[in-house]
Amino acid sequence: MSSDLTRLDAATLAEKIHSREVSAVEAAQAHLDRIAAVEGDVHAFLHVAGESALESAALVDASIAAGTAPASPLAGVPLALKDVFATIDMPTTCGSRILEGWRPPYDATLTSRLRAAGITILGKTNMDEFAMGSSTEYSAYGPTHNPWALDRIAGGSGGGSAAALAAFEAPLAIGTDTGGSIRQPAAVTGTVGVKPTYGGVSRYGLVACASSLDQGGPCARTVLDAALLHEVIAGHDPLDSTSIDAPVPAVVEAARLGATGDLSGLRVGVVRELGGEGYQPGVRASFDAALRRLEKLGAEVVEVSCPHFEYGLAAYYLILPSEVSSNLARFDAMRYGLRVEKGASAEEVMAATREAGFGPEVKRRIILGTYALSSGYYDAYYGQAQKVRTLISRDFAAAFAQVDVLVSPTAPTTAFPIGEKIDDPLAMYLNDLATIPTNLAGVAGMSVPSGLAEEDGLPVGLQIMAPALGEAVMYRVGAAFEAARNADESGPLIARIPELEVAAR
Amino acid sequence: MSAEPGTPSAPGSSTVPDPSAVSDPSAGEAISRDEVAHLARLARLAVTDEELDVFAGQLDVILGSVARVGEVAAEDIPPTSHAVPLQNVFRQDVRRPGLSQEQALSGAPAAEEGRFRVPRILGEEA
Repeated sequence: MSSDLTRLDAATLAEKIHSREVSAVEAAQAHLDRIAAVEGDVHAFLHVAGESALESAALVDASIAAGTAPASPLAGVPLALKDVFATIDMPTTCGSRILEGWRPPYDATLTSRLRAAGITILGKTNMDEFAMGSSTEYSAYGPTHNPWALDRIAGGSGGGSAAALAAFEAPLAIGTDTGGSIRQPAAVTGTVGVKPTYGGVSRYGLVACASSLDQGGPCARTVLDAALLHEVIAGHDPLDSTSIDAPVPAVVEAARLGATGDLSGLRVGVVRELGGEGYQPGVRASFDAALRRLEKLGAEVVEVSCPHFEYGLAAYYLILPSEVSSNLARFDAMRYGLRVEKGASAEEVMAATREAGFGPEVKRRIILGTYALSSGYYDAYYGQAQKVRTLISRDFAAAFAQVDVLVSPTAPTTAFPIGEKIDDPLAMYLNDLATIPTNLAGVAGMSVPSGLAEEDGLPVGLQIMAPALGEAVMYRVGAAFEAARNADESGPLIARIPELEVAAR
Repeated sequence: MSAEPGTPSAPGSSTVPDPSAVSDPSAGEAISRDEVAHLARLARLAVTDEELDVFAGQLDVILGSVARVGEVAAEDIPPTSHAVPLQNVFRQDVRRPGLSQEQALSGAPAAEEGRFRVPRILGEEA
């Protein structure tokens, strides 16, 4: 019974809870049991909040028993929250030593919305330190292991959230995507991850990596579940001045429509610059099969060119470190977080604290950003990168004038072995080649499972991109593709994941 | 702050690098070990000698790659700082609750008499 509940998608589980076939407490307990059984192998969580999860679930049960309508379509469903959102009742570490054990004095807006929706927060998930990385290996608390192959990375920075879904530790998760941190982990774990339009989900209480790029979003095992979660967390927030004051796109309706399987009349653009050389053969083969499947659904598939995308990675690794070097100046050893009492002056204490509290990737990016913002280099690096950003946005605008959505492989490779790229930052950065342009332009993107690569049997993701606030058409295409893939392959991709060994309790 | 020339006001701010440590990006080596050390000081990172050895090589490779943005002809292109056009966002000038003193100090490494307790800020000679 317990293990069955962890295999259900969120929509089905919610139905059972709301019809009182299953209690929210049973659902929470089943997932807590699963976490206890597999966490030793997976390490998706940095903190498990068993007691508060059960208390929150009991409130949902009491409310339903009293005849009150559920607070949301996902009331009572368990969720894994990336450890970068402030939570008043749980530590918020961002995968960093500098915030070890820190308890924020307030909840992020996203956290509050999850609570108000009656969603059960199981705990906080592992991540690359301050969301900088593509493998979760830069977490100060050790890497997350990919449930498809435990010696492989689960992607990053949100490897913990994606692995929690793939290991059936939670049916829903939250990630943040600055350059691909939701979509790339989704791709390498065979799950669904959505980066909403910039400003679509509040950043209030989301610890900043690069403020002009960061965006929280939903992660799940199905497109419909991601859509249901999207509608819970999205929407205008007066506490975030970059939050978009416009209605949330009707993504649940779009996902349901898409699942009926007709994309006729829709134009799908294949980005010429996001594919070919540098992409693993099995990734390319899965992508080509995905294009044929979209055509079979009635979509018209055309090639489009976005000539400046090839400069996206370079622009990103100037803009992001610049913002990081400024944002992370707040970790000064004075107001919260770690303090290393070494040296006589505040300045020396700050330098010693940051040396001890930050890991190598964070230091590299702070130094790089400090360099890019230095006068003398500012125009050649940061200023020029901002102009390239404009050109990338214009490429998107021109492409979306011709097609409804753009597609590409989500990541150039499948999950690579843990340790393979840890000492080669540039090789690590290349993982985000296909996802970065979306963040630079602020448009929407998602990854849905497209298949397994022939050479290693590991999951491949299909990336679907849509214009700003164009999430509805993106979810429609994602759901149609998912339904067609499941029908052709007699079941969802995630059903093909090898069983994890369950630890004795 | 001490009066040492070139000491920055804050990490992450735009500050002129020590000219003696500046290398020419076109001259093969994008960034020198000395320059990395200088940047680390600006950013308040007390990096070790071993880290400097590693970072200098890695940052040189990264800078060599990101310098590609210079290949794009973009003289007349306006820069984008933000994905969506931003305007000042105002709210009604009415009181609303903020953090209590206790909450604000709850994560402080050291507090005293309701305030953050910090190490000495001024140098001996100041």
